[in-house]
Amino acid sequence: MLNNFVMPDLYPAAPEIFLLLMSFLVLFVDLVFGATHRWMAAMLTVITLIGCAAITLVTSDGQTTLTFSNMFVDDLLSDFLKLMTYLAVIMMLVYSRQYMADRGLDKGEFYVLVLYATLGMMVMISAANLLTVYLGLELMSLSLYGLVAIDRDNTRATEAAMKYFVLGALASGLLLYGMSMIYGATGSLEIGGIAQALYHGQAEKPVLVLGLVFLVAGIGFKLGLVPFHMWIPDVYHGAPTAVTMFIGSAPKLAAFAMALRLLVYGLFGLAVDWQQMLLIMAVLSIGLGNLAAIAQTNIKRMLAYSAISHMGYMVLGLMSGVVGGQIDPFTAINAYSSALYYTVAYVLMSLGAFGMVLLLSRAGYEAENLEDFKGLNKRSPWFAAVMLVIMFSMAGIPFFIGFFAKFAVLLAAIKAGYTTVAVIAVMFSLIGAFYYLRVVKLMYFDTPVDSAPIKAGMDLRFLLSLNGIAVAAFGLFPDAVMMVCTTTLMRSL
Amino acid sequence: MEFKTILFYLFSAITVVAALRVITARNPVHAALFLVLAFFNVAGLWMLLQAEFLALALIMVYVGAVMVLFLFVVMMLDINIERMRQGFWNNLPLGALVGLLMVGEMAVVLSGRYFGLANLPPQNMPANYSNTKELARLLYTDYAYPFEIASVILLVAIIAAVMLTLRGRKDNKAMHSSDQIAVKAKDRMRLVKMSPEVELPAVAAKEGE
Repeated sequence: MLNNFVMPDLYPAAPEIFLLLMSFLVLFVDLVFGATHRWMAAMLTVITLIGCAAITLVTSDGQTTLTFSNMFVDDLLSDFLKLMTYLAVIMMLVYSRQYMADRGLDKGEFYVLVLYATLGMMVMISAANLLTVYLGLELMSLSLYGLVAIDRDNTRATEAAMKYFVLGALASGLLLYGMSMIYGATGSLEIGGIAQALYHGQAEKPVLVLGLVFLVAGIGFKLGLVPFHMWIPDVYHGAPTAVTMFIGSAPKLAAFAMALRLLVYGLFGLAVDWQQMLLIMAVLSIGLGNLAAIAQTNIKRMLAYSAISHMGYMVLGLMSGVVGGQIDPFTAINAYSSALYYTVAYVLMSLGAFGMVLLLSRAGYEAENLEDFKGLNKRSPWFAAVMLVIMFSMAGIPFFIGFFAKFAVLLAAIKAGYTTVAVIAVMFSLIGAFYYLRVVKLMYFDTPVDSAPIKAGMDLRFLLSLNGIAVAAFGLFPDAVMMVCTTTLMRSL
Repeated sequence: MEFKTILFYLFSAITVVAALRVITARNPVHAALFLVLAFFNVAGLWMLLQAEFLALALIMVYVGAVMVLFLFVVMMLDINIERMRQGFWNNLPLGALVGLLMVGEMAVVLSGRYFGLANLPPQNMPANYSNTKELARLLYTDYAYPFEIASVILLVAIIAAVMLTLRGRKDNKAMHSSDQIAVKAKDRMRLVKMSPEVELPAVAAKEGE
């Protein structure tokens, strides 16, 4: 019976295996030294991620390799997204070290759960089968639910975790339901097999479309698109800022990978159908996100609504791949790489913005209200400038990375003939500029409410400065990043 | 009608009734017991599909372990049913609409045309065919990767559960030197700002008289 079984090639999955083994080491080290040397778990976690990055770089050969019975794919896209994920997680860990230590939350479990969430994202990014997409998503989500509740005596955090858990379970149910429909219609769980079945026209359209609706709803929930956005403001607000930053950065890359693998790799034959669904969600997200953000006084909530609108802009790129039922590889790759570019740019900006919130917080004090940014220029001109760069970039003001990202997705949308949608998106982006610029106004033209000196470690200051510089510098060389995105997709699709 | 068909309809009917009672029963203990009944009947359905291993696993894992635990929790917690039922009638129209829509869509999709028996004829396996063995073979060869991820998910569940609930014993008098060193004055002592007590001269003067 077992004669025809071939041992899977473990080489493409080396980063995942390394991370899993190291996570056991972190658990063990925390058990032995956790009480006396808390820094050891943190250090090991960062070393693990750097090790993963090294392995991913070394094993990356630009070829598409399938392993584990075609359930795992290692291509240039997965390598690129994984490297970005490691970077985002390392930055998150460095930014949050002091914050978590001040609140007694830098327990070993924090680092272990962060590692497992990262593993879940890697599984999602490399998924070539509906089963692995789902399992990776669950691994990531379950770790995140735990992380949100890590400050267990804080009622707001536990309430946020509960909400996230219930709604997340519902979304997973929708996703599974859609997957089972698609499996029923195509007879395959493999993403490649589904694409094949669609190409040959063997599948029943009504079943497929119903499955697709559920699938898109699940993806919309994970990306935080209207009308599946309800969890975002509460979870962003309730979770400890470091965890909010984690949720707001790396998982977006994984959710993007999931959307790309399911919709573009798997259900490309139904592009005309899912583009319509994404279109509605994108417009609603851009509108609601930007309008609701204006009314917020809490910066974490404001950034939550801003996240909703940014994901809306990203989806503009995803839904512009196929024009009028005609598949043109050049247009498609252009559109998807603009969405990839947007995701990467957004993660960079989001890390910077939450990094600023962490920078201004200290033991027993959360700088989470807009007022806390008042007069930042007087307290620290350099970091006021960093925040200015990030806010300008998020608002889409020229010559920062955010502008070129918005420009790319809007261009893709216009090329696909969605001119009206692009005009609406630009209008809402103008409205959205108000609340970003309000932060700048508070920093430069108001007198400080909180005049305590900024007590952040050198590591946070250094990396946050780099983050700000990166947001500005990539804006000066937008073509370089775009080129990387386009090449990645061209070699992987 | 074949005997198996009669059994199928019997099991299905009881499952549907039991599932409805799970959500309509007023007493949570009754609801949990109805869920057990539903599980038993679903296990019967699996058995009709020749999936013996899954049927037995459902009974052992869900009925034997999960539901017993569930009943314990339900009995130990004092659940206020009246409060849980609040807003039921307000939310009913929207909920019913979405529910009916889902049922309608499912009826269209799952009706004979796409997933009917004609499309998926039952496979008759030889008598010595082992469902368990086949499942195990697939699980440890082709599906080894998802199997491993599932085990990591269980590990995460354990870690998160311990992290969220383990508080140490309350009656433990052991000292932690690191906690004692880390303690700050404001954790032990609270300084209260008060206005100083001033003797009122008018009163003093009055008493002096």
